Amino acid sequence: MSNVLLFAEQSEGSFKKAVLEAATYGYDMAQKMGVSLEAVVVGSADDAEIQKLGTYGVSKVYKVSDANPDSFINSAYAAAVTQVAKDTGAKVVVMTETYSGRAVAPRVTVKLDASPLNSLVSLVDPASHFDAARMAFSGKGMQELQANRDTIVVTVKSNGYKVSENPVAMNVEEVAYKGSFGVDAVVKEIIKASDGISLTEAESVVSAGRGMKGPENWPMIEELASLIGAATACSKPTADMGWRPHHEHVGQTGIQISPTLYIAIGISGAIQHLAGVSSSKNIVVINKDPEAPFFKIADYGIVGDLFEVVPKMLEAIKKNRVAG
Amino acid sequence: MKILVCISHVPDTTTKIQFEEDHSGLNKSGVTFVINPYCEYGLSKALDLRESGKSVQITVCCVGGPEVQPTLRKALAIGADDAVMINTQPHDPAYVAKQIAAYAEGKEFDLIFTGKESIDYNGGMVPGMIAEHLGWVCIPSATKLEMGEGESLEIHREIAGGTEVIEAQLPLVVSCQKGIAEWRIPNMRGIMAARKKPLSSVSPTEVAPYVNTVKYDYPPAKQDCQYFEVEQTDALVSALTDKGLI
Ligand SMILES: Cc1cc2nc3c(=O)[nH]c(=O)nc-3n(C[C@H](O)[C@H](O)[C@H](O)COP(=O)(O)OP(=O)(O)OC[C@H]3O[C@@H](n4cnc5c(N)ncnc54)[C@H](O)[C@@H]3O)c2cc1C
Ligand SMILES: Nc1ncnc2c1ncn2[C@@H]1O[C@H](COP(=O)(O)O)[C@@H](O)[C@H]1O
Repeated sequence: MSNVLLFAEQSEGSFKKAVLEAATYGYDMAQKMGVSLEAVVVGSADDAEIQKLGTYGVSKVYKVSDANPDSFINSAYAAAVTQVAKDTGAKVVVMTETYSGRAVAPRVTVKLDASPLNSLVSLVDPASHFDAARMAFSGKGMQELQANRDTIVVTVKSNGYKVSENPVAMNVEEVAYKGSFGVDAVVKEIIKASDGISLTEAESVVSAGRGMKGPENWPMIEELASLIGAATACSKPTADMGWRPHHEHVGQTGIQISPTLYIAIGISGAIQHLAGVSSSKNIVVINKDPEAPFFKIADYGIVGDLFEVVPKMLEAIKKNRVAG
Repeated sequence: MKILVCISHVPDTTTKIQFEEDHSGLNKSGVTFVINPYCEYGLSKALDLRESGKSVQITVCCVGGPEVQPTLRKALAIGADDAVMINTQPHDPAYVAKQIAAYAEGKEFDLIFTGKESIDYNGGMVPGMIAEHLGWVCIPSATKLEMGEGESLEIHREIAGGTEVIEAQLPLVVSCQKGIAEWRIPNMRGIMAARKKPLSSVSPTEVAPYVNTVKYDYPPAKQDCQYFEVEQTDALVSALTDKGLI
């Protein structure tokens, strides 16, 4: 049987956690199938960083350095990944569900005439038509899938699969890009959001809503987030009113996240908000209304005034840090 | 300019999701279906382009059976010129993309707008797959789009930790999200006009589904919430610390 192929994308010269999750997923998949995990790295990648993949179970890296540098990232990357998949005969291609994984996966799926199995959180069963399970209906349902082609392109949900180290011997092979060259679209500029942690990748998220009364009260939310190394998020109305930047808006019509810890402060827990956060592993809710719907999916709750509770949290965390 | 807006027909955002007893699909009784909110951004943007003085023909399409007609009518009421129902069940994203691409092929669309993702399936795969079939560029998760000189456009798209500013040429597939336009509410005149606008049904192209859904289920139930008094905030902090969460 052919090996499992991972698309390992580097961002600014390093592999993010999502790639390590996808690598762990790919390795576990390969073990289950009795084959090895191989990876494709596209573009100008950092060599020292590539060595890291061996720690996460990758036994061979195909490096396509000369992939069309003038192309908008997803077309050239998809061409390079497809080329390696075809050359190695891979039937299982694994990617992240980051912005770049999501852009490349659909193109590779079509090029390979594969079955797309996306946002997976558990392994696919290679023995029975690649059976797989995923969340659907914005976290309100689960869907059990079966592939109808003999090649599958899997994307692994961010924060959906636990990273573990599986050190193996690894070698790197340079392969020449056979895809097309030519300019299709160009990235003119990248505007960095505030230096904060990226929401989709964050392990912990501190989120606040209309209960905050106004944007002037956010410094304590930011302090809490920075103390525990969390990203900040907000409910839709607070972004709509301009209290917070739009990219912080989570929910059905915002970003969907599944961090290990989600702290919701002064957010009622409307169904559209929950749709974006309900798959968080631990949910803490602080709300003065005991009937707030958010408590129904909370793991920890405090019914009380956030202007009292948040300062107490800050104080307790700082005290623990000093003591610890 | 010709714009195709792809619309998915999804349960209203407030729907309590319930499945059929045999778990084969969604129990649709009492469920209101709406235009997927992300697709509404695409439709609104198409209308913005028209109102900015360009001559724009807006077609909306949906892969689905006759049950999607009211959703397409609503898109006509909001302002689309004509609607097309690609008459087959939307089995899976690859199947849907193949249907839309087969329909769009040779029709000389300049732009195809889709939503960032549909709120039922949450795949976000359809736009990239349409683009690949057509050999076009796809700009996912667009938050801003401006027409420049000739066929050139400037598009902002969301990426991890920021925004990418892209210069691209028509034809293009653009998947839309918040920021690109404001949602619109159909008015009475629009609703009346929509009744007379063309809504046609086209036959699907022959292709086997790529993915089968074996069954649906509910996510595992949550444990009960553990409450703390305001005075016990430090106990909550300790609980979170002990669990290695902070
Ligand atoms: C189509 C559609 C899509 C939508 N998509 C989204 C989405 O993606 N994300 C999203 O968030 N919303 C979305 N919404 C809006 C959603 O329905 C709610 O209106 C919104 O989530 C409410 O935001 P909130 O919880 O901040 O405000 P509110 O509902 O006003 O809640 C504020 C909460 O703060 C509490 N509070 C007030 N003062 C204090 C205090 N001093 N101490 C402690 N608690 C306090 C109150 O008890 C209340 O529960 C959508 C709506 C629609 C129609
Ligand atoms: N059945 C469908 N008919 C028309 N367009 C669709 C359909 N399903 C998905 N799309 C389009 O593809 C986008 C992304 O959907 P998805 O990939 O399913 O998350 C949607 O916002 C729509 O624009």
